[in-house]
Amino acid sequence: MSPSTPGAPVAAPPAGPPAVAAGDALPELKIEGTPTFIVASALATRDFEDVHHDRDRAQTRGSKDMFVNILTDTGLVQRYVTDWAGQKAVIRSISLRLGVPWYAYDTLTLTGSVESVDDDGLVTLAVTGADSLGKHITSTVTLVMDGTGQKGAGA
Amino acid sequence: MTDQDILDAAQRVRDDGASARRRGRDPINQPMVNNWVEAIGDRNPVYVDAAAARAAGHDGIVAPPAMAQVWTMRGLGAVREADDPLGRMTDILNDAGFTSVVATNCNQVYHRYLQPGDEVTIESVLEDVVGPKKTGLGEGWFFTTRNFWRDAAGDVVAEMEFRILKFRPPSSTGGASAGPAEARSASGDPVDDLDGTKMMRPQASRDTEFFWDGVAAHELRIQKLEDGTLQHPPLPALWKPKGETTDYVVASGRGTVYSYVVHHAPKVPGRQLPFVIALVELEEGVRMLGELRGVDPGAVAIGQPVEVDFLDFPEDPDASGREAWTLYAWRPVDEAAKEMR
Repeated sequence: MSPSTPGAPVAAPPAGPPAVAAGDALPELKIEGTPTFIVASALATRDFEDVHHDRDRAQTRGSKDMFVNILTDTGLVQRYVTDWAGQKAVIRSISLRLGVPWYAYDTLTLTGSVESVDDDGLVTLAVTGADSLGKHITSTVTLVMDGTGQKGAGA
Repeated sequence: MTDQDILDAAQRVRDDGASARRRGRDPINQPMVNNWVEAIGDRNPVYVDAAAARAAGHDGIVAPPAMAQVWTMRGLGAVREADDPLGRMTDILNDAGFTSVVATNCNQVYHRYLQPGDEVTIESVLEDVVGPKKTGLGEGWFFTTRNFWRDAAGDVVAEMEFRILKFRPPSSTGGASAGPAEARSASGDPVDDLDGTKMMRPQASRDTEFFWDGVAAHELRIQKLEDGTLQHPPLPALWKPKGETTDYVVASGRGTVYSYVVHHAPKVPGRQLPFVIALVELEEGVRMLGELRGVDPGAVAIGQPVEVDFLDFPEDPDASGREAWTLYAWRPVDEAAKEMR
């Protein structure tokens, strides 16, 4: 799969959910950390910390370059999961552990697998986002594959 | 500011409970959703197309759940409220010299998807505060806040646990006591007899990684076997699935000298002779080898009470990849001076 760039056309998630079983792997997704992506996502998440849009300030503060913010990481994990799980998926939780930074010009590779499927349909996924420095995101996501009839998250 | 001062200040923040509910700037709205899905590259139509959202089981368009926090972000140039626990805890740690920050965990739970027109408020509470811990970034404190987002009816629609590490960068002058990169002991005992650039460093294997991670965090960890008994040195945890770490308990760090040797020769890189290696029987029952420091080698006695100390060595700028590291050692229990922690 080729790296995704902001604004580039990407496919909508499938309408219906795929069959799911523990051990299934999700297709890999690569996201290029272009300056445009980092700045656009920081502002779209209303995060105006200078380290997410101002390389000079980021370097003054001891970073190699500006870097992606956490709200974007959470958003990307959500997108990655529903790109696979489809439009009927309802996300219940996203837990992120943050590792190495994701600096501008580095590419994040998202991979994931199905950890478990409960009797009541709750699916638990392990999702990892790695860049050239190592693991940037270690995440656990829970969701129901088909939320139809549940009214929103139905919690 | 002592460690206890920090803990006391944190307790005051906790005692004050949740911050006042603060309203998001705008109701949930389509323009902000549009910006967000474009930036993230999310093409799920349930966020932009009412028919697709209804086909997926929603009443109409829904906001991406991962936007929960976005609705209450303060915006450019905004200032935190005086009662915000994250801001208060940040100030406390800044004052104590832990001036740098990195987020380590963000756990969000979504109770329902929001829809355009919904209005949310946020309130925050301070949960645990842990420290000081030796980390790869420097000495620091971890603290966790929990945020609750409520809708107009007052129901919690989403919550988030957010964990931050506030640390003192080893090479900066941010903290009062941050000088040039020198070895330091957790107890304050001198470490000038050791040259960390020449000493043999711990080699962690899959079976001992938890132990050395513990030492780096200033914890003495004892392996717990399947039947609950404690074991040191650690055994391969064959009863656990591969890749899963072994169970452990954190030792009190106190024990007595069970046996010892005084090493006079040969020379050992980075160390001055003679030095004492003691086999210490910990309060928890296991025995552990380590250097006994701060004693006259001629005066060491079987049964002598000792406690653990941690020796932090800075990275070696002359050797690439030589990161900061930590070793444990024993020191005599100082009855006169109570433990600082």
